[in-house]
Amino acid sequence: MPQIFHQSTNTIAKVSIFGAVFIGAALLFVIAEFNRSSYYTQAFVARPQPVQFSHKHHVGDDGIDCRYCHTTVETSASAGMPSTKTCMNCHSQIWANSPYLEPVRASFRDEKPIGWVRVHDLPDFVYFNHSIHVNKGVGCSTCHGAVDNMPLMYQVASLQMEWCLQCHRNPEAVLRPKDQIFNMQWQAPANQKEVGAQLAKSYNIRSTAVLTSCSTCHR
Amino acid sequence: MSQRVDEPHDDMRMHITAPVIEPGYDFGTVTDKISAIVLRRRTPPGWFFGFSISFIITMILMVTITHLVLTGIGIWGNNQPVGWSFDIINFVWWIGIGHAGTLISAILLLFRQTWRTSINRFAEAMTLFAVACAGLFPLLHTGRPWLAYWLFPYPNTMGIQPQFRSPLMWDVFAVSTYGTVSALFWFIGLIPDFATLRDRAKSRFFQVVYGMLSLGWRGSARHWFRYETTYLLLAGLATPLVLSVHTIVSFDFAVSVIPGWHATIFPPYFVAGAIYAGFAMVLLLTIPIRKLYGLEDFITGRHIRNMAKIMLATGLLVAYSYMVETFTAWYSGNAYEEYMIFNRFKGPYMWLYWLLIFCNAVAPQVLWFRRVRHSNVAIWIVSIIVSVGMWLERFIIIPVSLHRDFLPSSWGMYAPTLWDWTMFIGTIGMFFLLLLLFIRFLPMISIFEMRTILPQAEIREEEA
Repeated sequence: MPQIFHQSTNTIAKVSIFGAVFIGAALLFVIAEFNRSSYYTQAFVARPQPVQFSHKHHVGDDGIDCRYCHTTVETSASAGMPSTKTCMNCHSQIWANSPYLEPVRASFRDEKPIGWVRVHDLPDFVYFNHSIHVNKGVGCSTCHGAVDNMPLMYQVASLQMEWCLQCHRNPEAVLRPKDQIFNMQWQAPANQKEVGAQLAKSYNIRSTAVLTSCSTCHR
Repeated sequence: MSQRVDEPHDDMRMHITAPVIEPGYDFGTVTDKISAIVLRRRTPPGWFFGFSISFIITMILMVTITHLVLTGIGIWGNNQPVGWSFDIINFVWWIGIGHAGTLISAILLLFRQTWRTSINRFAEAMTLFAVACAGLFPLLHTGRPWLAYWLFPYPNTMGIQPQFRSPLMWDVFAVSTYGTVSALFWFIGLIPDFATLRDRAKSRFFQVVYGMLSLGWRGSARHWFRYETTYLLLAGLATPLVLSVHTIVSFDFAVSVIPGWHATIFPPYFVAGAIYAGFAMVLLLTIPIRKLYGLEDFITGRHIRNMAKIMLATGLLVAYSYMVETFTAWYSGNAYEEYMIFNRFKGPYMWLYWLLIFCNAVAPQVLWFRRVRHSNVAIWIVSIIVSVGMWLERFIIIPVSLHRDFLPSSWGMYAPTLWDWTMFIGTIGMFFLLLLLFIRFLPMISIFEMRTILPQAEIREEEA
């Protein structure tokens, strides 16, 4: 009776046993990495906007406070997007004829809001409130990064749940004094551990159990 | 196979009336007879008939699942206060049925019960297919089966792990371990037989398929030595599973505070019930199949009677559990516990409760009679009654405990919908479909193990 399989089958069989383990492990690793990649999370990917608005110029060079445009960040869930009139406060005077700003002037003339593209888009099943974070010592740059260095706006974080929980499990590591919230250059001091614990106490920040409870964010 | 062969002068053998294999066979004829079912004999018309029917029912299951996934679990009858119903009843029922296979293959192997040899392959296949049917229910019960991988701890982007303090998590691990070990055990046991089929197959296609499945088995002494060690180790691994899986399934209930669920007797009660239902199902299947394929010489009256005795013994354990449940309810002095039993006895579902008592506690008592144990038809009927009874038991435990909530304002009634029934009956169709495919393409009795229980094998042992 002739052999059913060629001699090489022995080698193929042995290799495939190890191959199955390695391919399986590699596949899991690739999936895990893909889910965290910028391609999937859109972190560090600048979005094209209808106007080439530069945070680097307005915040970094001009030193405009965040709240000049994002007016409701301290009082409501949404930080708020400025109306065209806010832009025109200055741009009716400076760069008033720049072709780059034509969409802004058009918006002002036609009374049609500029269609900014949302960069930080949390899923709808997450209840996120800007004011509670800002009022309890979480600075803008903790989540949004060094906005004063961004010609075009992009995320610096994955916005995935593990990223949220990083702070919710250990808020002391990022808490700042009240006057440092809008400081883009803020760096954690060497004794942040003690300062953070004190700040957490003075801000009345609730226990990790409350901060990481499902219904704190998913209501 | 030496350690699995009974010593010929063993005292046990003196009392045994019927053999585990009828006389007149040798190594060749045993191999011929079993492998011919797969390779040479014409498939009986009964197989095609059964296959067509179970195929149609499986398609009904597919339609049900499609409708369920597109619409949501609202198509089922369960709703507050009865949050668990057919989905969990059927899960527990199927998982229980699987237990006989593991008991036969692992525990009876370790106890060196030679009679297991004729039925272990079949019972293990039954276990696997029952676990497959069982697994469907909790998977679809989650409502979003495409996210079922969330149940496993893996480095997810949510930064959280499953709730390990929940018995529902333990369930995931218990059942997936059970499925894996059962599949491994079954496959390892098949390897020497795959090699036999490979060597006997005429068509190139089957030679290649069985050849790949046999993993290069040549039957050398070294192969057998490793094989024996592996098989024994796996039997050791599978043995605790017989007890642990249904214990954990019972924790789904016992860990809660619902009267009728919150009872310490639940783990042993569930394990006994699982083995009870499992043996009923093995009998339900083997009696007609051995007839259809003329395998009475291999699956003899002794097998049927032994299984009937195990069924009777576990049935008594289950009946005892029913008594203890009632006693505990009274002895607790707790109004809710007392009401739970009263509601079973006289509530709106009382007819189901009394039917359950008849099926599980009363009817099997006929197995005390020798005449009944020697009648295959009678045993077959009893095993149907027990299978129905074990399903009713889970109905009594699950929706009947839930439909009377602590507050009478939250009381409700439960009735299954059409989709509940198509889902349940559909899995029965799938079970039989898989079983019929197994019978057609794999040796349903372990060929090489049957050879070891031949008298010839024993003589050789003594001469050596």
